[in-house]
Amino acid sequence: MNEAPVYTKYHPRWYRARVSTYWWSRRWAYLKFILRELSSIFVAYFAILTLLQVRALGGGPEAYARFQAWMKAPILIALNALSLFFVLVHALTWFHLAPKAMAVRMRGRRVPDFLIVLPNYIAWLAASAILAWLLLRR
Amino acid sequence: MAKRSNEPVLWALFSAGGVVAALLIPILLFLYGLAFPLGWLEPPAYHRTLALVSHPLGRLVLFVLCSLSLFHWAHRFRYTLYDGLQIKHLNEVIFFLCYGGAAAGTALAGYMLWTIP
Repeated sequence: MNEAPVYTKYHPRWYRARVSTYWWSRRWAYLKFILRELSSIFVAYFAILTLLQVRALGGGPEAYARFQAWMKAPILIALNALSLFFVLVHALTWFHLAPKAMAVRMRGRRVPDFLIVLPNYIAWLAASAILAWLLLRR
Repeated sequence: MAKRSNEPVLWALFSAGGVVAALLIPILLFLYGLAFPLGWLEPPAYHRTLALVSHPLGRLVLFVLCSLSLFHWAHRFRYTLYDGLQIKHLNEVIFFLCYGGAAAGTALAGYMLWTIP
């Protein structure tokens, strides 16, 4: 990088158009991309929330009751609703990206997209049902 | 600066985290973030929750969920900053903050889930 560049006569100058920092706000497709990428913040938020809950759980029944009361604060309800929206954006876009990330071939033919997307939905349904059953059964 | 050879590992963590997050977080966030606090559904009692979490499988699932979710965030957020804000000169800082944060969170999750009664 530090070596003196070699210039040839009439070498074309690289042309790079300036891209605005807000390039992603110009088109719905770009905005969707950024929203999808931002969903990762809410995934991390959930991990932190879960660790806080585990800490409260380890602190005994009173600490856990305080945590549950804290979770009822309007600001947290609003944050959780927003997070749920983004996490759903993540889940749906993730399932539909799967066939693009892995192009499975069988007998030389590409497996149709829905055969890869569908098992994702089935797994989602199954995982959600198992967790709901574990947490809601009496 | 990250060596090129790190990329497949980081991508694998990102990808595994994406799967785990997509499958498990929506229902958990719906229940614990909205349904339980708002009284729509009855949360499991303290001792049942503790039993679920401290079961070896419960510990493992929560550890994997927290750790991979954080690595998923680290990778995606790093590139969002990279693409969205065009702050190439901060690449090293962002790299260490993102993956360092995920590694610290993983260590914390491991410690907490190991020591929970």
